[in-house]
Amino acid sequence: MNPVIELDARRLLCPMPVIRLQDCVEKQASGVKVRITCTDPGTMSDIPAWCRINGHRVLATEQLDHEYIFLVQKDPDGN
Amino acid sequence: MTRKAVALISGGLDSLLAAKLIQQQGIEVEGINFFTGFCVEGHTHAIRKHERNRVKRNNALWVAEQLGIKLHIIDIVDEYKDVVINPKHGYGANLNPCLDCKIFMLHKAQEWLKQHDFDFIITGEVIGQRPKSQRKKLMPVVAEESGADDLLLRPLCARSLPETLPEREGWVDREKLKDFSGRSRKPQMALAAEFGFEDYAQPAGGCCFLTDQSYSVKLQDLWDNRGKRDYELDDIMLLKVGRHIRPSKAFKLIIAREEGENQFLSGYKRQFQTISTVSHAGPLALIEGEPLDPQQLELACAITARYSKGRDADSVEMRFSDREQGSRRIHVKPLPAAQINPDWVIV
Ligand code: SF4
Repeated sequence: MNPVIELDARRLLCPMPVIRLQDCVEKQASGVKVRITCTDPGTMSDIPAWCRINGHRVLATEQLDHEYIFLVQKDPDGN
Repeated sequence: MTRKAVALISGGLDSLLAAKLIQQQGIEVEGINFFTGFCVEGHTHAIRKHERNRVKRNNALWVAEQLGIKLHIIDIVDEYKDVVINPKHGYGANLNPCLDCKIFMLHKAQEWLKQHDFDFIITGEVIGQRPKSQRKKLMPVVAEESGADDLLLRPLCARSLPETLPEREGWVDREKLKDFSGRSRKPQMALAAEFGFEDYAQPAGGCCFLTDQSYSVKLQDLWDNRGKRDYELDDIMLLKVGRHIRPSKAFKLIIAREEGENQFLSGYKRQFQTISTVSHAGPLALIEGEPLDPQQLELACAITARYSKGRDADSVEMRFSDREQGSRRIHVKPLPAAQINPDWVIV
């Protein structure tokens, strides 16, 4: 099992969390999972949108107090 | 062979239409969007609580989704500084270096195109839409200075401009491109209706905070008081938030105007000395500048107290916190509104 890559995007405002995720995901192989923790509520719309556009999958979304956590899998179909 | 175009996607209607026109000609399109730190997208919405109920979406991502294309968001914060600080072609009405900005972005797009083996670049520019940077005679300057030359196609006004490589090579049919010009938005709106696009963003003025007068005044104040024209990402983010009050050259207060800003500013407590109100509900203020002497600190507290619910009280208890160094309480009489010198307020 590959470990999940953790990304801390707390305090960053959109689109910076998306850029962090993008730059991380780019370097990974298909199927790799990344968990990103954000505080900007805008990520609730931006991260799923970015994933839809680029063929990645949001496996889980969680909101804890002021934190928004997304578990993303890179391009599971390997497109 | 399918040709590939990279589209500069700002998030506005024009870049959406331009990309759609090219897609319709069988060209494969991907988008790029540049993050300069001054972008209007997202930030203010994320910060200000009363704007949180509005639809929060990143318009560039939305545009890409409408088109069904990939979008690459590129962080150009560091490199962009030189554009803002030393624009060769000068500024627009405020500190917006639009012409240099366009040249820079197209230059970056052209680099991207080479790295990714794309064939040409498209933008949503329309002749004469913006006062300076979209004048017809400047369009060749932008194409040439950016190095994009005739790899740059502007589908919304291409028919009024000289032929470019994609047209000459027959990759796109010039006849199917547009000849829009001027400030009217009607042709774009008609085309949007034709394509069935609704709910698109209609940015007023420019695409970034540098076209905003009040923002530019704050940036100029920052440069003047630091004695140098430079900035970090945090500086330009903070210029988007709060009331900025400079009672002396030595320091400036950034005072939250509402809860969302309070929360945003509290994220800076480890970097700045701060003042908050203890005895009443009130804003958080960041102190930017040199360490304050006792008199300056008292004034800073009295100003901050003025914006608290205790503004009419005889004495308000404030907390001064010095990053990791701990905090102490200070009692002040809030400064009456009439004693806040209008010259202190940076707008
Ligand atoms: S408004 Fe801002 S982002 Fe748009 S061209 Fe001008 S400087 Fe560049």
